[in-house]
Amino acid sequence: MKITKAEVLHVAQLARLDVDEADVERFAGQIGTILEYVDTLKKVDTGGVTGTSHAIELTNAFREDEEKEQLAPEDALANAPEKDNGAFVVPKII
Amino acid sequence: MKLHELTIEQASDLLKKKEISSVELTRAVFERIEMVDGKVGAFLTLDKEGALEQGAAADRRLAGGDAEPLTGIPLGIKDLMCTKGLRTTCASKILENFIPPYDATVIARLKAAGAVIVGKLNMDEFAMGSTTEHSGFQVTRNPWNLDRIPGGSSGGSAAAVAADMCLGALGSDTGGSIRQPASHCGVVGIKPTYGRVSRFGLVAFASSLDQIGPLGKTVTDCAIMLDAIAGHDPKDSTSVPEPVPAFADIDGDGLGNMTIGIPKEYTSARGLDPQVGAAVEQAVKTIESLGARCIEVSLPHTDHAVAAYYVIAPSEASSNLARYDGVKYGFRDKEQTDLLQMYRSTRSQGFGPEVQRRIILGTYALSAGYYDAYYGKASQVRTLIKNDFETAFASCDAVVSPVAPTPAYGIGETLDDPLAMYLSDVFTLSANLAGIPGISVPCGFSDGGLPIGLQIMGRHFNEAVLFKIARQLEAKLSINTRKPNLE
Repeated sequence: MKITKAEVLHVAQLARLDVDEADVERFAGQIGTILEYVDTLKKVDTGGVTGTSHAIELTNAFREDEEKEQLAPEDALANAPEKDNGAFVVPKII
Repeated sequence: MKLHELTIEQASDLLKKKEISSVELTRAVFERIEMVDGKVGAFLTLDKEGALEQGAAADRRLAGGDAEPLTGIPLGIKDLMCTKGLRTTCASKILENFIPPYDATVIARLKAAGAVIVGKLNMDEFAMGSTTEHSGFQVTRNPWNLDRIPGGSSGGSAAAVAADMCLGALGSDTGGSIRQPASHCGVVGIKPTYGRVSRFGLVAFASSLDQIGPLGKTVTDCAIMLDAIAGHDPKDSTSVPEPVPAFADIDGDGLGNMTIGIPKEYTSARGLDPQVGAAVEQAVKTIESLGARCIEVSLPHTDHAVAAYYVIAPSEASSNLARYDGVKYGFRDKEQTDLLQMYRSTRSQGFGPEVQRRIILGTYALSAGYYDAYYGKASQVRTLIKNDFETAFASCDAVVSPVAPTPAYGIGETLDDPLAMYLSDVFTLSANLAGIPGISVPCGFSDGGLPIGLQIMGRHFNEAVLFKIARQLEAKLSINTRKPNLE
């Protein structure tokens, strides 16, 4: 197996996903197959090659730091699952 | 002539001559949707009331004589572009009730051009998939054969255009998601150069690969739509401040002086269906008959594109989708009282299996100890793929290839085999890795009556060349007169 069930569980935890036993089994198999395929990349000679993270050459896009019209607070909160008094409500943290 | 069957070019002409009104045209489109979308399942959300209001406004503008080519034209939008006040789900349960408080730049531009927005179109959840079966809500069927997939992820967009449920549509393309469904549904679709169209308000999947583009009944219609949405946008720092030519003014002279490259790795690709191969070969002969010189070129790293892509795209996705945490918008599991458990439970219930698979794959590829072996290596291979195209374009103006290795497969065929689905993207995803434009134009039919498309790829910012070749091929082959039978 290219990726163990324990690794799937660990990575799911990092990604904030709950996966049950059946999912772990299935994901381990499917992701294992994909990773085996991805391993074909090892055959490519990439010595001295710089990686590409962005295909079009662009330098930084700067703009003036000006005040502009933004979303009104009530619009920004409109889709919140829970809100109160102009703030997003989350489960108690401390 | 039935109004819903009109092309954008034809409808625009009739609207300007006042022979039809936008309200009439919009009503005809909704009648068509009511008649056939029960079978096809392309739309997730319809906005008849809003569309008729936009139609009436377009009619007033047309009466005033300041119309643009899209004024009064009913269009469909893939459901991952934010439409102010109109539900935008990304075909995901996690965004089932999301009402955007703003318009994506492309939507703002369509509205400014006077277009009519009919509704939002189905897709693979978060654009992850090549079949539209991975929608969190419904399966979309191919109008040419209802037992077949329409392709994906912009399957709703392609099916709606093919079935005359809108005159044109917007899709997005991260690894072929405009071109492949266009090919499977017998319509035209173009993925513009990365940075040509603003991604502001496009729900992000893989930010270095995603690009919005049009799907239309004809090459000219796609050019008209691209004219309306292309161009620099200060709200997207990756949009490029390059001048945008008037794409709809397609150069009509023959293809003399043009050199077309045929990549030898593509014609010999494993799994290429002989009927697709034959249709593409015929299209190449037609292009030659129009005066172009066809030469063999080599894209030696083609075999590694799928592997590189399926590291890079899930890696970017795992990072982009971290924002769905049940706090600011979208679904939340309200049963949970612990913050961490609320995140996990919300995400596991909100995301479908394909999305979770890619998040896990991407998180794994980026995690400590694996980053260099996976993401680092894949981004180096991406450089080699990009270089392959640069070398090829030194000796030709455009490269042609199949879009998909087979005609549309049956619904359910790849559901349990994600790798098989990924491998079908072999011809399209290199363009995303290299950032170059690619168009899919219908070039034939399989024996079973399924459409087959030809892909034409060009240099960065050279969409005009793609439109020119595609337009001439389309005129010569004259196959877009054939329509699927949904009666």
